[in-house]
Amino acid sequence: MEQTAPFIGSRPAAEQRHWGEWIIEKLIQVAGLSTIVIIGLIFFFLLREGLPAFFEVPLRTLLGGRWYPIENLFGLWPLLVGSLLVTAGAILIAVPLGLITAIYMGEIAPRWQREILKPLIEMLAGIPSIVLGFLGWVVLAPLIQQAGASTGLTAFTGSIILAYMSLPTIISSSEDALSAVPTEYRDGALAIGATQWQTIWRVVVPAARSGIVIAIMLGIGRAIGETMAVLMVTGNAANVPALGLGMFFQPVRTMTATIAAEMGEVANGSVHYHTLFAIGILLFVITFAINSLAGRLVGTQGKRRRSSQL
Amino acid sequence: MSPKISLANLSFTYPDGVAALKNITLDIPANEIFVIFGPSRSGKSTLLRVLNRLSDLVEGAQHQGAVTFNNQNIFERDVNVTDLRRRISMVFAIPTPLPGSIRDNLTYGLRMAGIRDVQTLEERVMRSLKQAALWDEVKDRLDASAFALSGGQKQRLCLARSLALEPDVILLDNPTSGLDPLSTAMVEDSLYELKRRYTIIMVPHSTQQAARVADNAAFLLDGELVEVGKKSQLFMRPKNKRTEDYITGRFG
Amino acid sequence: MSRQKTNQLMIALITTIAIIVVIPVILVILFMFYNGLSALNWEFLTTAPYNGLRQGGIMPALLGTVYLTFATAIVSFPLAIAAAIYLAEYARDNRLTRAVRLAIVNLAGIPSIVYGLFGLGAFVLFMGFGTSIIAGALTLGILTLPVVISTAEEAILAVPQEFRTVSLSLGATRWQTIRYQVLPQALPGIITGIILGLGRAAGETAPILFTVAAVYLPELPKSIFDQSMALPYHLYVIATQVPGMPLSVQYGTALVLLLLVLSLTLVATIIRTNIRRHRQW
Repeated sequence: MEQTAPFIGSRPAAEQRHWGEWIIEKLIQVAGLSTIVIIGLIFFFLLREGLPAFFEVPLRTLLGGRWYPIENLFGLWPLLVGSLLVTAGAILIAVPLGLITAIYMGEIAPRWQREILKPLIEMLAGIPSIVLGFLGWVVLAPLIQQAGASTGLTAFTGSIILAYMSLPTIISSSEDALSAVPTEYRDGALAIGATQWQTIWRVVVPAARSGIVIAIMLGIGRAIGETMAVLMVTGNAANVPALGLGMFFQPVRTMTATIAAEMGEVANGSVHYHTLFAIGILLFVITFAINSLAGRLVGTQGKRRRSSQL
Repeated sequence: MSPKISLANLSFTYPDGVAALKNITLDIPANEIFVIFGPSRSGKSTLLRVLNRLSDLVEGAQHQGAVTFNNQNIFERDVNVTDLRRRISMVFAIPTPLPGSIRDNLTYGLRMAGIRDVQTLEERVMRSLKQAALWDEVKDRLDASAFALSGGQKQRLCLARSLALEPDVILLDNPTSGLDPLSTAMVEDSLYELKRRYTIIMVPHSTQQAARVADNAAFLLDGELVEVGKKSQLFMRPKNKRTEDYITGRFG
Repeated sequence: MSRQKTNQLMIALITTIAIIVVIPVILVILFMFYNGLSALNWEFLTTAPYNGLRQGGIMPALLGTVYLTFATAIVSFPLAIAAAIYLAEYARDNRLTRAVRLAIVNLAGIPSIVYGLFGLGAFVLFMGFGTSIIAGALTLGILTLPVVISTAEEAILAVPQEFRTVSLSLGATRWQTIRYQVLPQALPGIITGIILGLGRAAGETAPILFTVAAVYLPELPKSIFDQSMALPYHLYVIATQVPGMPLSVQYGTALVLLLLVLSLTLVATIIRTNIRRHRQW
């Protein structure tokens, strides 16, 4: 019998390939880990430019209600209230609509309608925020003014536009949540004589509850960080509106809009500049908290690979 | 003659704690058909996968003991696993052509080994197809998609794909599972021819097939090696009661 | 009211609301066409604006966005695809991998204006690139990472495991298996991710406010270290900062941007549908 050589790779070609592959695989690993480094760098640069604000501006001023940069008054309260107000309004509109649309798409609509609806929602997700902001500015705001508000540029105007922009996020996450409900639940409910509505309302929606919570959180994260559309349609008045339904119909100024509107005009390194970065830190922390929590609820472990037949 | 492959106290445990192979010691002689049979989930496929370290793909699995191939323990650190898999080549139960032409499939392993010479590749394509009794059926359409072949042809293509590497050992994991009797006979026939050049280790489709094709056979039950012996002895006069019960169809 | 009546009523209500939600998407797009189409012509696309932006076309902004999008592609895609390969093929299920996934979820959630701040602090000032295409491309590149990584990872995971096992069993190395089996089969899906990323980059305004965008530049940028006009920012400027701006020009600009971004989304959707149809396995 012919004696076979030992199979330890000793040929030069194999060795070279070995080294080449080792380098490629290391590069791939570095690329994967770089995502952690990048998010660290983002936070680092925000801190680097924004932390000085907390030393330069007295805490009482920062927590105060007056944002008048010209007078060195950097109260973040009105901006935070503005952001919360617009976001709350958007969520109040978008969550019911998004959830109902998701229910329709997942539970009621025949296949062909889903095939139309899905691309439409993707298309909505694809419309640049500046375009929706532009429409809010030239179409929606005048309409709202005609409806009797003193100005069309209000928190409510921003909420409507934002609601529309968060809809794709809310719909697709709700859909995921609904489709994760086992078919047996539905069959079981229908089998004991529940109507389709009862099945949806009493069985499917409660079973998808945690997923729907995630959808709402992601929607909030999306809405609170939106900039251009809000900048164009909310009127940008840094007031703290009086409590009541009327507060939705006054101009407000959000954190994001403040950064966008003012960063272009400040001197690098000034107190105002540092404070705008400090707002960035605040936004980063808020969205980081929301997304981390949502991410944890979804389960951050990897998607399971399809099992092999071999 | 020294055995082609020796297993010494080989155990293999899946990450979920299931012991698939328990302390198996076994010699597999060269140039014959060695059949490993037993009921489903008895560890046959796992054993095949350990032999060319495809078992490495199972993350978190553990093994003890040694597998010696050509006088070398395949678990040693400096073993080149890709070379090992070219020497001990696997044909799977479900015929799985790679996307691409028939020719692409046959030359894939060689190309990955760095062989670029067109003449060598062509020669191997032809020889391996002839050895797998597929040449006459596909010689005019080597550039057609491998997916267009019938089930039996696909399985012979997979066999030829392994043969193209000119391995020492061929592992066949139930290669006739999805095939009709005619295709099964064609595959079995080619095996008798192939054992002159190769060592064949096979998990059979059935005890009947085992008794048909084996020179030596090993009976596996719940990860334990129950009995090993020559075909004439094992299938006619099994020493172990459990082997006898299985062969005579009392369980399994 | 009987249970059946309630059922019918509620189902009808859900259907109506779903339609009410979706109809405006179509309306918005038709409305944009209706108002913007009249401004669109060859001259609009190929001439620079003049007379305080009120007259002329959008050529420098359009080209600026095209440059910027390509530069973003060069920054983002090698990194994103390598990261996707890492997650799909190499990462084990351990704390490090979970940290990477958490990082990607959060990168996707960071507000675009915060990316703008980061770009300003890191690339414009710290690295000293100034307001420039490269600073903007780096910023947008990082912003597009999560969407490209997620889409590419999904495409890679969709390649059946069998092909990997077979390839490895034939003596291919792990990288050869990825290079010759996995990536070719995942390619259309990866391209979909890239195009979605491009669409995202082309439409963003907030991240380029302080990193690239110029209100008006008489000349096109000569190198990646120059400022540039960009279509989304140009729309913002002419809509809110230029008194007496003709509305048709504003609509025209918005329509061009919308078409640019939506056509990218459309191409991505078409590729994705085609993959499903032509898959051999």
